[in-house]
This record gives sequence, C-alpha cells and structure tokens, in this order.
Amino acid sequence: MQWTINGQVREAEVDFRTSLLDLLREQFQLSGTKKGCNQGACGACTVLVDGERINACLALAVQYQGRTITTVEGLAENGTLHPVQAAFIEHDGFQCGYCTPGQLCSAVGMIGELERDHPSAVTADLAANGIEWNRDELRERMSGNLCRCGAYNGIADAIAAGLAKELGEELGEELDEELGEEIAR
Amino acid sequence: MNAFDYQQVADSEQAIEQAVRSRRAKYLGGGTNLVDLMRETVERPQALIDVTRLSRDIDETAEGGLIIGAAVTNSALAGDARVRSRYPVLARAILSGASAQIRNMATVGGNLLQRTRCAYFYDVAARCNKREPGAGCDALEGFHRYHAILGTSPSCIATHPSDMAVALAALDARIHLRGPEGERQLAITELHREPGERPDLETELQPEELIVAVELPPLPMAARSNYRKVRDRASYAFALVSVASMVELDGETIQDVRLALGGVGTKPWRALRVEAALRGQPATEATIAAAVDAELTEARPLPGNAFKVELARRTLIAELSRRIADARNGGEA
Ligand SMILES: Cc1cc2nc3c(=O)[nH]c(=O)nc-3n(C[C@H](O)[C@H](O)[C@H](O)COP(=O)(O)OP(=O)(O)OC[C@H]3O[C@@H](n4cnc5c(N)ncnc54)[C@H](O)[C@@H]3O)c2cc1C
Ligand code: SF4
Ligand code: FES
Ligand code: FES
Repeated sequence: MQWTINGQVREAEVDFRTSLLDLLREQFQLSGTKKGCNQGACGACTVLVDGERINACLALAVQYQGRTITTVEGLAENGTLHPVQAAFIEHDGFQCGYCTPGQLCSAVGMIGELERDHPSAVTADLAANGIEWNRDELRERMSGNLCRCGAYNGIADAIAAGLAKELGEELGEELDEELGEEIAR
Repeated sequence: MNAFDYQQVADSEQAIEQAVRSRRAKYLGGGTNLVDLMRETVERPQALIDVTRLSRDIDETAEGGLIIGAAVTNSALAGDARVRSRYPVLARAILSGASAQIRNMATVGGNLLQRTRCAYFYDVAARCNKREPGAGCDALEGFHRYHAILGTSPSCIATHPSDMAVALAALDARIHLRGPEGERQLAITELHREPGERPDLETELQPEELIVAVELPPLPMAARSNYRKVRDRASYAFALVSVASMVELDGETIQDVRLALGGVGTKPWRALRVEAALRGQPATEATIAAAVDAELTEARPLPGNAFKVELARRTLIAELSRRIADARNGGEA
C-alpha cells in the first residue's frame, strides 16, 4: 500500500485493521499525531487528507491509499513555521501540548473551509455569500478539538491571529488588521 | 477488532456482487461509526466493501428537487449552495452533528444507517437486546438520560442518533435502494423500524441491500425551514431534543406544516399528530399548544428522561412560533 505523507511517497504492507493513526505513529514513526480517545471524540489525531481535516483514529489506513496526507510534522515549509504554528507560540496556545498537533491541523483545515465559504452551525444566513467570521464561528468550527488542560483562551487567540494572517495576506493589509481585531475581540 | 477482508468497489453493481459473494460483509462509508463498533467487537463483519467511490454527485431532479449520491460526504451536502438556500433545515441539521472532522469523513448512506449511541449497546459486558436478542436491557434501570420517550418498547428505548435523518424525515425524502433483486425506493419514515420485540432489526433493508441515493422532493416552504438542537453542551454533542420544522401560512391559517423530532424517538420521529392537529387551523398559541400535546401524550418517559417531555414541548412551541412569525414576515418562500 502507498500514501503520500508530508510530501513523500511512503509504502508499507499493513493489516487491514490498522488505523491511519497507528500507521503514522507506528509504521512511519510520525508520533506528532496523538492518540487521545481512539474513538472520534477528542480530535487529538486530526490530520489533513488532500487538505481536509479528518480524525485518523477512525480512518482505516487501507481506505486512504493513494491519498495525500499532511501531519503536524509537515505543516512547516522549508524550516519556517506555518503562521498558525507561530501564533500558538506567540499566544500561549497550549499547556501540556498533547492536543496541540490536532489543534494545529484542525485550524489549518478550518482555514481552507473558510476560504471555500463553508458554513457552520452558527452561521446566521446560510444562503448569503461570504461568511462573517467572528469568535463564535471560530469556536464552533474548532469544537471537534478538546483540550484537557482547558487552554482554550490561548488556543482561540492563537487561531484567530493565525487565521487573520492567512486570510489577511490574501485580502490585503487593511482587512488583515480589521479582521485581526474583530476576531481577537 | 476481528480480522476482515477489504475491497473497494467502483459502483453499486460491483458492491452488491461483492456483498453477495462474501460472507458476513458490511458496506463501509466513512467508517466513523462502523470502525468504532468493530473496535468494540459490537460489529464483527468478515468483509468490508468500501462504497465511498459510489456517486458523490448532487443533481437536480426533473421535478425540481435534488438527488444526492450515497457517498456524498456530510460536509459536502451541508455546504451545497442549493441545499443551503432551498433546504436550510438539512444543512443546519448536518452542521449541528458531530465535528468538522467527522462530517468530512461521514457519508450520507452511513449517516442514515449509523447505530444507536446507547452506552450499553457499545459495552459488550452489558445486557442489550439490540446487540444480543433476549439478553435484556440495562438502560431501562440504568443511565437513560439520552434515551427515547417516543416509539419505545419494553425491549429497547434507544434513540436513533442521526440529526440529518430528522431533517430528511421532515422533508419527506425518498431513499433509493439497490439490492440483488433490483432497485426500489422507501420513504425515509419507512426506512427505520421501531424496536417492538426485535430491537436488533433496525431497518427495512434486505441483506446486501445498498443505499444508492437520497432524493429530496421540491418543497417551497422548506426555504424557511430550520433545525434546532438542544443538548448538554453547545457543540459536538448528541441531541437531548431537536426539532426540524417548516410552516406555510394562508393568511392566518396554517396551510401546511412539517415537523420532525430528534433525541426523543427510537427512530427519526416525524410528528404527524402535531401536523394533523395544525393543518387548516388558525395560527394561534392555543392551537399550537394543543397540537404539541397531541403528540407528547404518547410519550412513555422513564425517571432519567422524563424532563424530555417538557423540553420537547417547549422547543416545539418555540420553533413553531418562530416559523409562523417568519412566514408572516417573509410572505412567499
Ligand atoms: C464523537 C462523535 C460524535 C458524533 N456526533 C453526532 C451528532 O451529534 N449527530 C449525528 O447525527 N451524528 C453524530 N455522530 C455520528 C456520525 O454522524 C456517524 O458516525 C456518521 O454519519 C456515519 O457515517 P459513515 O459514512 O462514517 O458511516 P460508516 O461508519 O461507514 O457506516 C455506518 C453504517 O452504515 C452502513 N453503510 C454505510 N454506507 C452504506 C450504504 N451506502 N448503503 C448501505 N449501508 C451503508 C455501514 O455498513 C454501517 O453499518 C458522531 C460520531 C462520533 C464519533
Ligand atoms: S436501550 Fe436498546 S440499545 Fe440500549 S441497552 Fe437497551 S436494548 Fe440495548
Ligand atoms: S484520538 Fe481520534 S478523536 Fe480522539
Ligand atoms: S494543552 Fe494539554 S490537552 Fe490541550
């Protein structure tokens, strides 16, 4: 079986029972992705598949053959942290750090969803074009990632800052600041 | 987890062929429920037939509705512009379920056929008639805060956990099936069964039968529909009570109404008694309250979930009142 993981083609023959999470951690020693609950309830195992966030603990590795997988180890580019990673350091987005890899991958996946105008349960007008980002949207969209330490305020600040940076760079400087302030409030 | 065979198929014909040929096969969607249950050995299939390559299309029907392929992900369905504007109840129901990660994995077929979250069903050391017919039911005298008050039996009080299915019940969706004997359709309300004496028999599906698509009929009033979910925390939790609703007014008369409930029924619960009591009646607080009571007098609560009767009553009244106010303000859909 074959997968593209963090830009590299990787091969392994594994039992059909192997989850994508165990494949990453045990076959490829990519232990950044964490096992919290192993039942879809915590988000610690979040990885990106073709850019979309999923829970690797509920995914059978065999079902994801041929797909492009990004883990926390693959978020930085050429030694430069992803803006969301940098923002986690700046805003104290963790205490013990166990949930962090999942939070980071999830936040990066969420930014893609925002860019595609994907709605959430708290989006007021589903039919409107363009979604108004605010703190409630952010929290709702990140609700699949629990933090046992309760570092949520730092996490939300970090993601808001990272988000403003990512979306802002594309939207221009003015909006960047406006968005940053709006979200940070 | 027990060992199993894995096969990916390109279309429904291949899927059925493989299922007929394999022993104790199960179809695999996103795996978010099945893999979990296999890990607990509640499910022990000998073969998995991966049906995520089945249709992922959402198309217009000749009648002006939509037909949704069984492998469409929950996220893709909720994000579809046509669903968001014409059937917001469906988009909202899906978005209120699980987490973004799970919705990205979960399929329409798998969501409909996900199994109950009853903790005793999950725990192979507990007694459960659904898992092991005749074993007894530990929920009756156990923790049943999340269990049903409508459609229950002395054998089982488990709720059907799907939010999406509740919206589909209100929308009169049709389920397109394909099996070794050919194709057929079921109304969504006919897909799931009440437990009766056989809680292990959960749906009307025949062996090897596959969900291939879900069809939404055209329904103008659905443009003003909503899904409200009441739960123990604001997000990422199953429903205590949920309500899918839409109303059509003719002046001050309720011309048409669709209502379905989640979190309280042993299957996605279409509130037909409320609907019947409201159709053709004046849109007043008194008619609404009486109509809601017509359904809830059927409730058979237990000590741990008796609060749901009042919670369902209040949520239904609040939602109906909102839909009526919206219909007054909005005029045509
Ligand atoms: C932590 C957590 C929280 C959740 N919260 C919610 C919630 O709040 N609301 C909610 O509604 N759901 C919730 N869910 C459940 C989730 O929505 C379901 O697990 C998901 O929809 C199942 O879809 P799937 O494609 O992954 O199904 P699978 O797990 O792949 O399959 C489920 C069942 O369907 C069968 N099947 C799959 N596709 C077909 C087909 N085409 N034809 C016939 N049979 C088929 C399988 O054989 C299996 O029996 C939650 C799940 C988790 C893990
Ligand atoms: S309520 Fe139903 S699923 Fe739960 S233990 Fe009783 S029989 Fe099993
Ligand atoms: S380890 Fe996957 S969700 Fe908790
Ligand atoms: S920082 Fe410890 S679990 Fe989140």
